Amino acid sequence: MQLVLGGGGGVKTSSMSTVSGEGNTAMSSEDSSSPDEAELELGLGLSLGGFKAQQTAVKTKYARILTAKDLPSGVSTSSSCTSSSSSTLSRANATAGTKRSADSVSAPNGASSQVVGWPPIRAYRMNSMVNQAKSVATEEYNSVIGKNKNNTAVLDKTNNGSNMNSNNFKVRTSFFVKVNMDGIAIGRKVDLNASGCYEALAQTLEDMFLRPIPTINAMRSSAPEHNLMVDATRCPKLLDGSSEFVLTYEDKEGDWMLVGDVPWGMFLSSVKRLRIMRRSEATGLAPRLQERNGRQRSKLI
Amino acid sequence: MLRMASSFPEEVLEHVFSFIYDDKDRNAISMVCKSWYEIERWCRRRIFVGNCYAVSPPMVIRRFPEVRSVELKGKPHFADFNLVPEGWGGYVYPWIAAMATAYPWLEEIRLKRMVVTDEALELIAKSFKNFKVLVLSSCEGFSTDGLAAIAANCRNLKELDLRESEVDDLSGHWLSHFPDSYTSLVSLNISCLGSEVSFSALERLVGRCPNLRTLRLNRAVPLDRLANILCRAPQLVELGTGTYSAELQPDVFSSLAGAFSGCKELRSLSGFWDAVPGYLPAIYPICPSLTSLNLSYATIQSTDLTKLVSQCQSLQRLWVLDYIEDIGLEALAAFCKDLRELRVFPSEPFAQEPNVSLTEQGLVSVSEGCPKLHSVLYFCRQMTNDALATIARNRPNMTRFRLCIIEPRAPDYITLQPLDDGFGAIVEHCKDLQRLSMAGLLTDRVFEHIGNHAKKLEMLSVAFAGDSDLGLHHVLSGCENLRKLEIRDCPFGDKALLVNAAKLETMRSLWMSSCSVSFGACKLLGQKIPRLNVEVMDERGPPGSRPESCPVEKLYIYRTVAGPRFDMPGFVWTMDEDSALRLS
Repeated sequence: MQLVLGGGGGVKTSSMSTVSGEGNTAMSSEDSSSPDEAELELGLGLSLGGFKAQQTAVKTKYARILTAKDLPSGVSTSSSCTSSSSSTLSRANATAGTKRSADSVSAPNGASSQVVGWPPIRAYRMNSMVNQAKSVATEEYNSVIGKNKNNTAVLDKTNNGSNMNSNNFKVRTSFFVKVNMDGIAIGRKVDLNASGCYEALAQTLEDMFLRPIPTINAMRSSAPEHNLMVDATRCPKLLDGSSEFVLTYEDKEGDWMLVGDVPWGMFLSSVKRLRIMRRSEATGLAPRLQERNGRQRSKLI
Repeated sequence: MLRMASSFPEEVLEHVFSFIYDDKDRNAISMVCKSWYEIERWCRRRIFVGNCYAVSPPMVIRRFPEVRSVELKGKPHFADFNLVPEGWGGYVYPWIAAMATAYPWLEEIRLKRMVVTDEALELIAKSFKNFKVLVLSSCEGFSTDGLAAIAANCRNLKELDLRESEVDDLSGHWLSHFPDSYTSLVSLNISCLGSEVSFSALERLVGRCPNLRTLRLNRAVPLDRLANILCRAPQLVELGTGTYSAELQPDVFSSLAGAFSGCKELRSLSGFWDAVPGYLPAIYPICPSLTSLNLSYATIQSTDLTKLVSQCQSLQRLWVLDYIEDIGLEALAAFCKDLRELRVFPSEPFAQEPNVSLTEQGLVSVSEGCPKLHSVLYFCRQMTNDALATIARNRPNMTRFRLCIIEPRAPDYITLQPLDDGFGAIVEHCKDLQRLSMAGLLTDRVFEHIGNHAKKLEMLSVAFAGDSDLGLHHVLSGCENLRKLEIRDCPFGDKALLVNAAKLETMRSLWMSSCSVSFGACKLLGQKIPRLNVEVMDERGPPGSRPESCPVEKLYIYRTVAGPRFDMPGFVWTMDEDSALRLS
């Protein structure tokens, strides 16, 4: 009789603690469990076809996603990382639009926590709001803001200073883009606003596409292995250069670019969708990237 | 008299049946006797399939051979909020492929939350010679290439409506595929498209289609081109503007105002992206005749909003952002006595502090002042039991009531009590309530109220509510007309489901995510009730790799006569007899 461990009680706990403010301290939201309940499960649980679990425990080697930072493109990279340094795996997972269990996470900097699909606003409407925030950064904005300043000054009841700009849709809205990976038929969606910077994005995508299915065995497997998994997934592997995959994006002009090249904000305003490409297919990109950056630079004021 | 049914020739009965459009009535007719069943099925022209997996294309075609209009719905409602993973299903292609041969005279296809590919659109374009209506509501999976195929081939197209679909927008060139000889457009909604269509192609299209009554433009159409378009279509009844923002210029303003004044039939307005208050007066002349106004993308403040709505005395439907504030809603209550539907969306759903002064009071005002108000969707940050009770007493004619308090589990902010009694009042007074979404802190008691009173309720949405299985049990055992139930993040487990298993076959579907339903219970349901598909969605891996008592992430149960489906992605498992054997 194979004993499959840890899943039951823990999952129950994590799925209950969805109110904002309750942080999820476990490594991964799916695998969190309190030891006591896990003990209970030990006695009662029976493995049912746990062969898959065995497989995933064995599978330790997995590909890593490269971004422009890893490639010797010679272009300076910057990523303004707005997510807190203590951002954990679970945060990236839970808010990256991946439809995993709707765990809330305590977002840093006092920002309101983001439960998946809450408040219940259609993705279409959310994207419109985000697009409005972006389009507002044009010259029309300035004439508009002048008028609205007057309006809000007159009306001001509950508005505090930081909210007086009515056109300022905060970046905290979701911005979902599609992600496809070569060799995987079904695409996913990721919330770029939940990532906040390239590291977090790469981490999220690595979890989505490259992480072996985390069953309870991942938790309870032999300690060294376990730590390996934890450590491996904790630090984003953007600095290695040893992966077979590259992260690319399609911009508004239809070109495919390496991710990581331009400032995060600029990336957000031009990205349409992402693709995790095999390295062998991406070799054409770097030169184009440089050439395009040349173009871009001359476009920028 | 026993022979009366057969004393009418078929043609007569068929003629009589042709006056019956409603699906329920048609279904009733078909159950009278075998010959009526036969006659009816040959003359049914329109079918509606609320869950595309409840029945299969061959089954539909076998029973109804002469269909002209098909409406299908795919993904569960919570897919709108990204709770259904990509790749779940809802593919329309198998339906189109089957209908391409079976219904060559098909005229109308309406889809909601389905995956539509360019191949499907191309197949539509070349298979149905008399194709007239294509409505894709919240669909995805296609690009503007598919639209080009439709534009180029559907000579008799009257309606192309892409509302809120996710389109792979390669370019705006597709619109130019409508041939110059094409003049039958009646309704065009491209508001969800991002890229620019050729303005001259658009103007020429609008100009040569005399029956055009609905035109919803996309954001890329600038304000200074709107007047030209309107001048070519003064017969328009429904208009969605593009960007409603430009530098204030007197000539632009006056031509816009003039163009609007020329549209004497205009009754519905939408669009208004990035709306600039300075250009709002351009629509004042037509405000008194407007019946529908969608300002939910307009970032204008309450002063301008108040001025605007105060002139819309005929308004029946208003969608608006919470910038309208309580003060604007009071004006609405005072001036818009014909109001039937109100939706207030949050401008900053993730802000911790309220950014506008919109409270429960606004909704109370509208409920007092607008006697015909029956449909409400209201996002706010605070609510009280008193307010809800007042609304309930004011508006016993309420049929759709959806409240969302931004903070989950928020109590009555004055008494700090759960909002059980408030919603209890709603279901008690509003005896015709069909749809309800609840919010705030709620215990099992609210479900008891619902089970006792909400006898006409058809759709219920619940989040972060309840204490125990008793809550779910009240709903399943009490709500006789319940068709759709969607639940997230509630402590509901196996007991209520298993006890009320038979109820599930009387409903269209049940969605439960982040609850406590165990894998074992799912298996049991799947095994015991063959005409239910019990689908478990779990991205942690096969549910069989965890203990039976382990709760599943997401559960979607729906009745079906088509058996389990075979187009599921790797993270969805059907619980049925076969799979139970496979997994054990």
